[in-house]
Amino acid sequence: MNVINPDLAAPDTDAATELTARDFTTDQEVRWCPGCGDYAILKAVRGVLAEAGRRPDDVVFISGIGCAARFPYYLASYGFHTIHGRAPAVATGVKMANPDLDVWVVGGDGDFLSIGGNHLMHALRRNVDLNLIMPNNAVYGLTKGQYSPASATGMRSPSSPAGSVEAPVNAALLALGAGARFIARSADTLQDHLPGVLKAAQANKGASFVEILQNCVVFNDGAFEAVRDKGLTADRTLRLEHGQPMIFGKDRDKGIAVDWQTGTARVVPVGDGGPVYDVTDHDQTNLALATILARMDAPDLPLALGVLYHAPADDFTVQRGDAPGRVIGRADLTGLLAAGKTWTVGDADVA
Amino acid sequence: MLDQPIASRPSETDAAQGPAVVRFAGDSGDGIQTLGSEFTKSSALSGHGFMTFPDFPAEIRAPAGTTFGVSAFQIQIGGDRVKTHGDAVDVLVALNPAALKTNLAALRPGGLLIADRDAFAKRGLEKAGYAANPLEDGSLDGFRLEAIEISRLTREAALPEGVTKKEAETARNFWALGLVYWMFSQDRAPTAAWLKSKFAKRPEIAAANMAAMDAGHTYGDVTDMAPPPRLRVVTPSSPRPGTYRTLTGIDGMVLGLAAASALSGLRLHYCSYPITPASAILHGLAKLGGDGVATFQAEDEIAAATAAIGASFAGGLGVTGTSGPGMALKAEALGLATAAELPLIVIDVQRAGPSTGMPTKVEQADLNLALHGRHGEAPLPVFAASGPGDSFETVIEAARTAVTYMTPVIVLSDAYTANAAEPWRLPDVDALADIAVDRDIDPEGFHPFRRDAETLSRSWAVPGMTGLAHRLGGIERSSGSGHISYDPDNHQEMTDLRAAKLTRIQAALPPAKVTAGADAGRVLALGWGSTQGALKTAVEDLAAEGHAVGHLHLRHLSPLPRGLAEIFALYDRVVVAELNSGQLRAHLQGLFPHVSFRGLNKITGQPFTVAEIDAALREDLS
Repeated sequence: MNVINPDLAAPDTDAATELTARDFTTDQEVRWCPGCGDYAILKAVRGVLAEAGRRPDDVVFISGIGCAARFPYYLASYGFHTIHGRAPAVATGVKMANPDLDVWVVGGDGDFLSIGGNHLMHALRRNVDLNLIMPNNAVYGLTKGQYSPASATGMRSPSSPAGSVEAPVNAALLALGAGARFIARSADTLQDHLPGVLKAAQANKGASFVEILQNCVVFNDGAFEAVRDKGLTADRTLRLEHGQPMIFGKDRDKGIAVDWQTGTARVVPVGDGGPVYDVTDHDQTNLALATILARMDAPDLPLALGVLYHAPADDFTVQRGDAPGRVIGRADLTGLLAAGKTWTVGDADVA
Repeated sequence: MLDQPIASRPSETDAAQGPAVVRFAGDSGDGIQTLGSEFTKSSALSGHGFMTFPDFPAEIRAPAGTTFGVSAFQIQIGGDRVKTHGDAVDVLVALNPAALKTNLAALRPGGLLIADRDAFAKRGLEKAGYAANPLEDGSLDGFRLEAIEISRLTREAALPEGVTKKEAETARNFWALGLVYWMFSQDRAPTAAWLKSKFAKRPEIAAANMAAMDAGHTYGDVTDMAPPPRLRVVTPSSPRPGTYRTLTGIDGMVLGLAAASALSGLRLHYCSYPITPASAILHGLAKLGGDGVATFQAEDEIAAATAAIGASFAGGLGVTGTSGPGMALKAEALGLATAAELPLIVIDVQRAGPSTGMPTKVEQADLNLALHGRHGEAPLPVFAASGPGDSFETVIEAARTAVTYMTPVIVLSDAYTANAAEPWRLPDVDALADIAVDRDIDPEGFHPFRRDAETLSRSWAVPGMTGLAHRLGGIERSSGSGHISYDPDNHQEMTDLRAAKLTRIQAALPPAKVTAGADAGRVLALGWGSTQGALKTAVEDLAAEGHAVGHLHLRHLSPLPRGLAEIFALYDRVVVAELNSGQLRAHLQGLFPHVSFRGLNKITGQPFTVAEIDAALREDLS
């Protein structure tokens, strides 16, 4: 066995070099529609990368097909714009070949929940150390506006003129079912929230799944009213903080109380309106709570944002014992070829 | 076949002695494949040339005694000239009525039939659909029948070893093996040693099986069951000195991939989804352990291909393997690997199709898919392995091509080659050439599609390397910068470049060569893949009779080797023999419109027999 390609084991850039978002910006003109939520997501990602301090040479962005899949072209790291739905599988191969890389996978709701649903499921259950970020605009944008698996029932689109009859996928619930150990939710518009979520995702060693509600100004404008309308956000969303009581509302006057017997949540008044002890604390390691939080939505409950679930475990390459530098040498090969029964023609006896 | 002994022309005496063909058949629970592999090992250790053909059902455990549950194993043993598993069977061992019914057609007239008389009772006969007992109704008069009470004799031999009655009876395959060992004067010791280690925890089972084997052997001795005259097998007269082992096509692929990794210094990433008959490659590589070889059982065929592409992108040697239906699913990924210009090896162990078809049976019908089955213009090399030993060499050449030219390469094998075994001379590992990987890339002015002037290969910078960060993708790229480009002229240029790579590969490959028979004359027999042994044998026999027939076998199906037109011009006609309806013939006819091609085609799930090829070629020669 011998070790090849010492570059694979190269250390991170020395701490003295401060990186900025500019270090992760390519010279490529960004080609999303004016007002697209992807701009804000890109900005947040660049900022998080700079702050994390991995050298761009050790960062890889893999994407499938769709509007969001253009991400790699705009990040000055290694990147691979692959085929529709398959990015998690490509990224799994990348990670097996070099576990030291910081690998991000970007795919929309079409990529991750539809054509590539299978690969997402398996990347999550294997706990491959990937940061899987899913801008969810609940529509097929690049193919001009057909309903997606995340679209609301009844959505009218070129392929559903009478309104879609299909029930939408709950991405967080799907990820929980697949065995994901890091599940978070944020939104393009929430620049005071999204970077923190991305940072936590990157810090998790294992598959980190982040759903980012994203507005498509052309085909599905206003789909996520709760996070888009600043006036509504405080009352219609709940920002989760591990260990803290789940309180929300413009005046922080509402809380979430979980009934563990029925597995349901309800809104309870807080402060002058009611006692705080009714409010449940967020525990991101609690799978049952995560399931309840993943399902919360309007009109009765706020949308849960932040880290819904985080239960770290050994990632795929650790479980497999991948050793990227290990390669069969000629001596090993000689042994392999002669393994088992051999016989010799010539002067020697049967081996 | 590089490591096969060079065949010497047989003398009259040699031909009379000839090689022998033995076929074991029984229920899929009867241990027929075990029996076959033990007989193969013993044949190898006795210095016989051989080729084997396991013929088993797709059902894991079909109902006992049924015709569709019959498992068979055929082997041809003899001198240097054994290149196929043999046409007509000289000795057929049938352990039950169903085995007789499904295999009798293979037995040559006058051939020796050994049947377990005890198994031909009412129930077994009914299950096999016999109205009367064929051992008694005279229907087997054209053969030399030895109906022996194998079950009873086995029981009597094995019971004293302290096993149950049922355990004793399951040893009857070893009783039959013992008899056949006696017939061919072969050594029982290697099988005895194998039984001891296999049943180390149940020594009484090992003893029972050995007692059965010895009893079968003694039976031959005592009854002096004189073997038919054709069974005086000759040992190879002139094998090349060296160390040999038994190699199946699957072994060849597994070891070839391991060798490609060792020669390139690239860690092997074999990504696959279980499918018959390709799964055995995954098993073989997984058994090598994670140390130096990485295997990944993906969630589906697409993930297997794309994970392999990801592994190559990150600097490994990405390989995926499958069979027909899986090949269809990988088509889109092949387009990506072609566009991104990444090394990738795709092994297709062809089986009989379409759809599920007959998964354990042979066919060469994925050729069109391999040559043309992609969206857009995505030319890529397609190589085919012609046998177990050739699988080893072909897969190394595929890896060398993939890495040197930064391209996906398809390697075709098939269900026959995969499972067939032959003696294989171990190559001198030190003499195998390195597969050069150039990672000395200058960041100055780097872009991912900067090309080598000779190979047209792009620079293979991998994530983690300093100063070489770049983006790849399926969207058309500018040939000058690697950036996204919809420029019309650029697309033409990139399309031409992708095609030109194949021309460069062709220039570096060895030219076409007639390898057997006449260098010019009436007929050229042209084949590819696993038909090699049957074609070569038939052509050599005809040439020995003085016929002007030659044999040319293609490993490189895309690009085709140089010099074909010149060779075709030396013959009146080219007979293209393949286990499909004429896919290569149609391809060649389009490329060489003035050549007279004729197809020799068969799609039965079975390989060609030498006799079939001989008869077809005689038609063209007359």
